Amino acid sequence: MWLLFVSLAIGVFTLVVLLTYVTIKGWPRLDIRLFTNMPSVRDPENAGAQSAITGTLWVISFTALVALPTGVMAALYLEEFARPNSRSQRFIEVNIQNLAAVPSIVYGILGLAVFARALALGQSVITAALTLALLVLPVIIISTREALRAVPRNIRDGSLALGATEWQTAYRQTLPAAIPGIATGTILALSRAIGEAAPLLLLGAVSFITFNPDGVLSDYTTLPIQIFNWTKDSREEFQVLAAATIVVLLLILLAMNFVAIWIRNKTQKRW
Amino acid sequence: MSETAEGLSLRQSRPRYGEKIIRSILALAAFVSIFTTFGIVVSLLIPSIEFFLEVPITDFLFGTVWTPLFKNGEFGVIPLLSGTIVITLIAIAVAIPLGLGASIYLSEYASDRVRKVLKPTLEVLAGIPTVVFGFFALEFLTQAILIKIFPEIEVFNALSAGLIMGVMIIPTIASLSEDAMAAVPSGLRDGAYALGSSKRQTAMKVVMPAALSGIVAAFVLGISRAIGETMIVTIAAGLQPQLSFNPLMGMQTMTSYIAAAGSGDLATGSIEYKSIFAVGMLLFLLTFIMNIFSIRLVRRFRQAYQ
Repeated sequence: MWLLFVSLAIGVFTLVVLLTYVTIKGWPRLDIRLFTNMPSVRDPENAGAQSAITGTLWVISFTALVALPTGVMAALYLEEFARPNSRSQRFIEVNIQNLAAVPSIVYGILGLAVFARALALGQSVITAALTLALLVLPVIIISTREALRAVPRNIRDGSLALGATEWQTAYRQTLPAAIPGIATGTILALSRAIGEAAPLLLLGAVSFITFNPDGVLSDYTTLPIQIFNWTKDSREEFQVLAAATIVVLLLILLAMNFVAIWIRNKTQKRW
Repeated sequence: MSETAEGLSLRQSRPRYGEKIIRSILALAAFVSIFTTFGIVVSLLIPSIEFFLEVPITDFLFGTVWTPLFKNGEFGVIPLLSGTIVITLIAIAVAIPLGLGASIYLSEYASDRVRKVLKPTLEVLAGIPTVVFGFFALEFLTQAILIKIFPEIEVFNALSAGLIMGVMIIPTIASLSEDAMAAVPSGLRDGAYALGSSKRQTAMKVVMPAALSGIVAAFVLGISRAIGETMIVTIAAGLQPQLSFNPLMGMQTMTSYIAAAGSGDLATGSIEYKSIFAVGMLLFLLTFIMNIFSIRLVRRFRQAYQ
């Protein structure tokens, strides 16, 4: 039994070491300049990550704008409208499960070929947002379906018996009852998208950006990409800067996780 | 009574066009996932075919030299494949025993209170961005620890990337195999106890075999994630494609080649540009086979205990 406990403890221990290490390493540069200054190759002492922070906000907002409605509509269809266990439903289901496990870099290739080149959107905020939206869509669909499934049958039956149509039942009864679950799943999916770097490497985010995005067709960089760029620079000051930026990124993700868990606990309903 | 029934049909009185339109819009959203898969296959396939018109597919699959940036570059994918395999093997050597051990502990031994603390901690571990793991592998694991144990280790090496990738996959394997073990009916456990088995015997000889297909599915999905992981290897394992099984050396994987070549500004028609898609196709096929295998196993497992 102790052996089993140790195997769990190793994972937890690594997590603790990792968090401690980046905090200590990044500490000297964890200050306001990180938020007010732009990245720089010449002046590591004063370089910041402002363009990466605003870029992340831009990209993730549009990711959510595309992925959330599409994901919820798809989940509503699969859970409330499609004939259960029909061939097409099973096919879509396996397809979504597989998409959830496709390597993220493959989504980068898709984004490069379709959004950046074929649709000529180039290296822009919208290319990144559309690609990340496709990446998190399976996660949102799967968690939304689980939330819908947790709503008891009685509520639907009661609504239908009172003469509501299928759509009225889904939109006014089932969906509102599932919102906390959907919110939790979506926040977790978006926090995955925020940390994602691999597909963006193919979508032009590597270029050196010292300005904030000013529109969906603007150039951009994001926090994970900025971290990657600084990690590649072997000068010690940039490693410190990378660690400090990692702390900022992890704090954002941690805050999102807390909100998700808070919603889950606060609204946990016993039917 | 019979009079009222007349004229009162339970059949739909008029077609509801609004409902039908809404239904089709929702169906369209569900079909986005099909379009995505279709888009992935098409966008990989077309440049790959163009690539194989220039580089024979046998040269690609069996060639042992990968020098795409040379003038008469060679495109033998074996070095990238060997790099992927070495790093994946290291990762699963870490993740399978630790992930399985963690899941047995969580599902069979841990008290509710301990589980309530440890499960979210594993979820946090699963939520750490891979670029952070890459930084940690390069800056801490290699330069503070591994270099003291193996003085001859290269700065960029397969070992650090593999070890950290293993830690990254622990939560995947642990939570999926725990789900599988939790789905084993408690009647089986009670039966084993009633026959005088100890807790360890019950866990090892009854619960684990009963959950085996679910556990194997978790392993396969873990391996698939290791093969597809990009940032850790790009940062910590270096970018030299070489056919070597020495984990202390730097290696390039399929994913880190795609990342490195794709982040440069390649001309659309060039052979280097197309090579990204050929390697991507191979990567997609490998992970696709594993994912489908894993999905099938889980489905069969669920049916067995319904």
